[in-house]
Amino acid sequence: MKDVLLEIRDLQTHFLTDRGEVPAVDGVDLYIRKGEILGVVGESGCGKSVTSLSIMKLIPQPPGKIAGGSIRYKDEELTTAKEKRMKMLRGNEISMIFQEPMTSLNPLLTVGEQIGEAYRLHRKASRKHTRLYTIDMLNRVGIPRPEQIVDEYPHRLSGGMRQRVMIAIALCCEPELLIADEPTTALDVTIQAQILDLMKKLNRETGTAIMLITHDLGVVAEMCSRVAVMYAGKVVEEGPVKDIFRDPRHPYTKGLIRSIPRMDIEQKQLYSIPGNVPSPGSITQGCRFAPRCEHAMDKCHELMPELKLADYDHRSRCWLEQGDAEG
Amino acid sequence: MTKHVLEVEHLKTYFPIRTGFWQRVTGYVKAVDDVSFSVREGETFGIVGESGCGKSTAGRSILRLIEPTEGKVVFDGQDVTEATDSQLRDMRRNMQIVFQDPFASLNPRHSVRRILEEPFVVHGTAGKKERQDKVLELMEVVGLNGSQLDRYPHQFSGGQRQRIAIARALALNPKLIVADEPVSALDVSIQSQILNLMQELQRNFGLTYIFIAHDLSVIKHFCDRVAVMYLGRIVELADKAPLYREPKHPYTQALLSAAPVPDPFVQKERIILEGDVPSPANAPQGCAFHTRCPAAFERCKQERPVLKRTAEGHQVACHLYP
Repeated sequence: MKDVLLEIRDLQTHFLTDRGEVPAVDGVDLYIRKGEILGVVGESGCGKSVTSLSIMKLIPQPPGKIAGGSIRYKDEELTTAKEKRMKMLRGNEISMIFQEPMTSLNPLLTVGEQIGEAYRLHRKASRKHTRLYTIDMLNRVGIPRPEQIVDEYPHRLSGGMRQRVMIAIALCCEPELLIADEPTTALDVTIQAQILDLMKKLNRETGTAIMLITHDLGVVAEMCSRVAVMYAGKVVEEGPVKDIFRDPRHPYTKGLIRSIPRMDIEQKQLYSIPGNVPSPGSITQGCRFAPRCEHAMDKCHELMPELKLADYDHRSRCWLEQGDAEG
Repeated sequence: MTKHVLEVEHLKTYFPIRTGFWQRVTGYVKAVDDVSFSVREGETFGIVGESGCGKSTAGRSILRLIEPTEGKVVFDGQDVTEATDSQLRDMRRNMQIVFQDPFASLNPRHSVRRILEEPFVVHGTAGKKERQDKVLELMEVVGLNGSQLDRYPHQFSGGQRQRIAIARALALNPKLIVADEPVSALDVSIQSQILNLMQELQRNFGLTYIFIAHDLSVIKHFCDRVAVMYLGRIVELADKAPLYREPKHPYTQALLSAAPVPDPFVQKERIILEGDVPSPANAPQGCAFHTRCPAAFERCKQERPVLKRTAEGHQVACHLYP
């Protein structure tokens, strides 16, 4: 596949805790094509954020470490890349936006200084040019009065405006890949609609691929072309958004889709997946979802199924799909 | 005609803004600004709105967890706003609250047993033996195991903690439960468990809920009637079905169109509102929404619209509907 921008294979990211070494990411397989929007969905603790931090090599070490697997960006292996090389990539070719814009912006620097920082570093631009470029960036992310806002401090801006500033910082060097970790979770619905609209527009205009991490299936349905569903540190299903919503193969994906309240359909009672989300590392044998799965067979509790092609471009990790082929 | 359990009339809750050395009051944050509605027995009344619209303050002012500035709240024929402390305590037996964050609302130093026994101790309604039986029964009702009674809140997951909070609210057999964003801190698969539990409890115990949330699809699923709030005011109030089918107020229309639909095959028209919600300390003159309203005209800037009933049974506060 030559249009693949980033490919993750069997990624293992472990954290050292009181309970020993805990695998937060336990064999993730993912790829992102150039210019696409990939959704990564899952509930808290499924390892979706840790996966994204692993790509950027922003896992605090110790207690964390990338214990195995590979992350290939274009033709380069990132898991073994030197810090110097990562610094050249970060903010330049791969950039990231986080959930809480207030905690990820520096309160002591003006908006303009923060946007210009990466640009000046990577492009070796002059101060004067950087300022003009910064104002242009603010304009592109839909901030009114950019000439004035450029000299404002983050606390003077609303949540939606701060997230726009974050996006401007992330996109100022025209990266190939933007990792957005729950970018709209802290925002209100009407502001969320503005930000999603902006991200879609920028994706169309600049061709920046987006890895959109979220827990909201509604956001995935509206934004993404492909989606990967994660559960307990693994990808359990992956494929085109329309296929996954029309014909989900993994019981977890099915349960997740059925358990969200819908505005467009009348539902008497919601479906609910029994049990709780397991804490990372608590299940070591068999399919991670088996204890909550209503179709679980003996085999499921013993052996972990592979992530296998279920349909064209659609992979799932479940014995129900693959059981017969292997006896 | 159905009986009204709760009547809220012209409720206002203002928080003073103090500045300077003398801490003089220089203005007010009008968190709840003239809100009226009534809740029927056995129904679920939803309050929806974005952050800062005053929905939580409204919920708490009704229970007088926050002292309202003006207005009247009548619960079950008794005036809550005029009640003395001891009267209020008796009334609270019948009106309880469940909070958003089940971690913050349960005392981490108390075992679940102690948390659940507390309402009986405070109100002195049951002896020691009876209390123990009741606590066990409560655990069962909310789907937890009685053997977990001596554990502490941190040993439970978010969903289980919310079950404990619900059990505590249920302890004294209340008539009304105010649920303030009870599922927004929970994962999707756990959220539906809690919603189903709350529905089941409503059927079994004939509870009335005031359900406060920002998630429009949760509100639609759960409530019978819905009030939409914007900057401290109710802009629209209607039965669930007509509200979602045919929203009247431009804000409701925008809010509904902005919510993402979890179905990639649905294409919908989006109304994207410009700008942000103004600060409630400095709400616009006239209609609070006129600064962002796509249909605003001259009158909206001057005159505050009142909540009026339209032909279809909607109540809407907008000059577009005379």
